[in-house]
Amino acid sequence: MRSFWRTLDRGTLRDIALVCLADAVVGASFGAITVSGGLPAWIPVGMSLLVFAGGAQFAAIGVLLAGGSAAAAILAGLVLNTRLLPYGFAAGDVVDGPWWARLIGAHVLTDETVAFALRQPDHRRRRAAFCVCGLLLFVTWNLAVAAGAAAGRLIGNTSAIGLDAVFPAVMLALVLPALADRGLRNAALAGAVVAVAVTPVLPSGLPVLVALAGLVLVEPKGRLKALRRRAEGTAQ
Amino acid sequence: MMQVLVVAALAAGTYAFRFAGPAFRSRIQVPERVSRMLSAAAAVLLIALAATAALTQGHGFAGWARLAGVAVAGLLAVRRAPLPAVVVAAAVTTALLRLGGVS
Repeated sequence: MRSFWRTLDRGTLRDIALVCLADAVVGASFGAITVSGGLPAWIPVGMSLLVFAGGAQFAAIGVLLAGGSAAAAILAGLVLNTRLLPYGFAAGDVVDGPWWARLIGAHVLTDETVAFALRQPDHRRRRAAFCVCGLLLFVTWNLAVAAGAAAGRLIGNTSAIGLDAVFPAVMLALVLPALADRGLRNAALAGAVVAVAVTPVLPSGLPVLVALAGLVLVEPKGRLKALRRRAEGTAQ
Repeated sequence: MMQVLVVAALAAGTYAFRFAGPAFRSRIQVPERVSRMLSAAAAVLLIALAATAALTQGHGFAGWARLAGVAVAGLLAVRRAPLPAVVVAAAVTTALLRLGGVS
């Protein structure tokens, strides 16, 4: 582990620390929102240790607090985490070593650790950045969530300090970079309009899943292009 | 019981997504189209979550204070403000509006 620290330059270590700090603020809000929403403290704490994926944790808890079913909460969280699958294929080489190291390493595969790993120029440094960021992030995230859960019990009324605005704000900040793509933006906006429109009439948790229908706006273009390419291929 | 199920299923599924890449990347590849669809689905879901959480509470309107807080946060996020600043701005805006009597 010590050699990992020396492998990385100071700029990278500083950036990793800043990201951990940012995630700590988000984690503390997550703990506080969950507990003040009426759920027991073991849920945010256990979820953070075992799931360790902020967006999915917020999504699942958001559905539960809105009164949605277990299935809707699980589905919402899992759909968000499907992005970890391509991450693992793109950057999976940083997860190596003996079998137990690979089992642990896979658990800290996140947006942040993959981003830091991919910014490094060679395999040794990629692996060092991944391990250092993974370890620090896991520790700070879980401590922050536990602290937030403890504070949430003390605060009681988190609406008074505006914590109910934090969850949608985090979701928005997470997704904005992806919306540069126009097809994706149209799909996301259409999905959001539909989700809000059906909220008064559908059971809680379902509206966001209905939004996935917006995906048809992304797909046809890609399918058309693929068809056209295939047609051109056969023509030649 | 239901809460245990949510945590356990989410944890197991998430770990499977994480472990598949490192375990199988030398043998199989995720097709480009599938990986693009997955990231599109995540983006659509995130925006839908943000919109419903910003606008609705239960089956009705959530109130102007929360909406304003999220709007300020969104503006900051567009301007690439760091995430902690976005989070704090959302909470502070909403809290101040409520303090001023806006629900």
